[in-house]
Amino acid sequence: MSTMASPLDGGGRLRRRRAVNRVMEALATLAAFAAVGVLVIMVISVAKRGGGSLTLDFFTKLPHPFSFTPVPSGLANAFVGTFVIVGVATAIALPIGVLTAIYLNEFAPRRVAFLVALALDVLNGVPAIVVGIFVFALVVTGRGQSGLAASFALSILMIPLIARATQEILALVPQSTREASLALGVSRWRTVVSIVLPQTVGGIITGTTLAVARVSGETAPLLFTSSLVGDKLHFDPRQALATVPLKIFEYSESPDPADHRQAWAAALVLIGFVLVASIVARAFAARSRRKLGIRR
Amino acid sequence: MVEYATRDVEQDEARESAGEQAAGADGARSSSPPALDPAQLGAAAPAAPPAESRETVFDVRDLTARYGPTPAIDGVSMEIHKNLVTAVIGPSGCGKSTFIRCLNRMNDLIPGFTAEGEVLYHGVDLQSATVDPVAVRRRIGMVFQRPNPFPKSIYDNIAFGLRVLGMKDSLDDRVEHALKRAALWDEVSHRLRTSALSLSGGQQQRLCIARAIAVEPDVVLLDEPASALDPIATSSIEDLMHELKRDYTFVIVTHNMQQAARVADMTAFFSLSQPDERGDRSGVLVEYDATQKIFTSPAEQRTEDYVTGRFG
Repeated sequence: MSTMASPLDGGGRLRRRRAVNRVMEALATLAAFAAVGVLVIMVISVAKRGGGSLTLDFFTKLPHPFSFTPVPSGLANAFVGTFVIVGVATAIALPIGVLTAIYLNEFAPRRVAFLVALALDVLNGVPAIVVGIFVFALVVTGRGQSGLAASFALSILMIPLIARATQEILALVPQSTREASLALGVSRWRTVVSIVLPQTVGGIITGTTLAVARVSGETAPLLFTSSLVGDKLHFDPRQALATVPLKIFEYSESPDPADHRQAWAAALVLIGFVLVASIVARAFAARSRRKLGIRR
Repeated sequence: MVEYATRDVEQDEARESAGEQAAGADGARSSSPPALDPAQLGAAAPAAPPAESRETVFDVRDLTARYGPTPAIDGVSMEIHKNLVTAVIGPSGCGKSTFIRCLNRMNDLIPGFTAEGEVLYHGVDLQSATVDPVAVRRRIGMVFQRPNPFPKSIYDNIAFGLRVLGMKDSLDDRVEHALKRAALWDEVSHRLRTSALSLSGGQQQRLCIARAIAVEPDVVLLDEPASALDPIATSSIEDLMHELKRDYTFVIVTHNMQQAARVADMTAFFSLSQPDERGDRSGVLVEYDATQKIFTSPAEQRTEDYVTGRFG
């Protein structure tokens, strides 16, 4: 049978469209795999350089005060410092972020909500170093560095992340359950607390986890607020605390190759933490969507 | 009855937006002799005009409501009486839901909504700025078109309102009583702690009625409460209203004329006005009278056309 006879033969034009489609599909696929590839290559190279130093001592021992000594040492103080600073930052940012989201979604008039949402997005885009220098001028000058100042700086970075994530999940709560509660003569705030928020816990945890993962590796704000530290272990946020990102920065400039290995190991821990946090966040997001009856 | 069930699936989409078309479709489909048996009316509506001697709960005076610039209802005046079931019927998009939601300030939640005129509830204007909508809704409960139980247990669905409103004494008894009155107790008494979302649609709607009456309101508003339900669930809810109207005042919006005829003492017929100079049409109250009168000898031609299925 001849090709001319086929009713589906669109001629050259159809062939060209098919070719364009193939090329674009291939390009898009390539781009997606490149993004994944970058992550994989980064994780592998960091793991190769830092994996060997990842011992129990690394987490439990303090840095040795003198370089070029074979004594096994760790970054216990930096892990503790990051944990305390991020913990306090979360304690500040979580209630403010959630309340902001509640205001945005439940109470604000539409125009005000638009402005607040815009402000949050701008805040989210402010470079971390700007936040750092702002907190330096506001808090550190005259009082000196402290873990609290660092927490304050990080909480500024966390608030827009938590608020926007919470607002997104609040918007998914069906209006009908709000109406059901209001029609009983329940106030709006009580409706939010007892009916709306319980349906959004998963989403709030997701947003908070991602925010924690994001700021755990922030370095710039810490330079201004919690960088002048010794190698002693302490938990007091009123003093400057050692942190993992700054240790990576410090050790990468050290002449001692052992320090370089420590820096790589710390970087590996950070990547691992972000990875785990993202997976946990996904799990909570999925759970929350299930609860709201949304299938994906 | 079967036709009614299928019609209700469609009416959701048709609502508000395509009022005219939907009304036309309704009319076309029920152009066969209307399934209205005048004898059936006797059961629901007392022979004498039932309203005269009753206490007035709502006195609506010249109520006009808009969503932004779009008019929804225009100049509605009517009195709603105690311990009666008052039905609001009419084609899609004629402002029935808007009207009923004015009776407990539910429209406050909708951005751009404005209302003029008075809605006097026992003499107090509900629209007044000094009136707290929470206090209004405390006295005037509502059951919605779609069953909307809280994502909580059956027990907590009822107990939530009681707890918040401070009716915490003998909570278990109150929950049981409400579920019994809503004719749901026998079906759920053995699984009060399971999620309310596991119930069937009809059970969920009865749970919503139980939830509304548990807090002992004066008035229960029902916004097409049976439109998402099958005929059996529908009839159980209608029975419920007969049973409960001794203690409550009901206002029910319904698309379904047979339902209005079965349950209502008084019936208000809403329809769409002629287009104004901007081409907008708004809902108006055409006729309001005893149900029997509306369905057997209405004063207005438009009412007769609608209840006999000739509406166009």
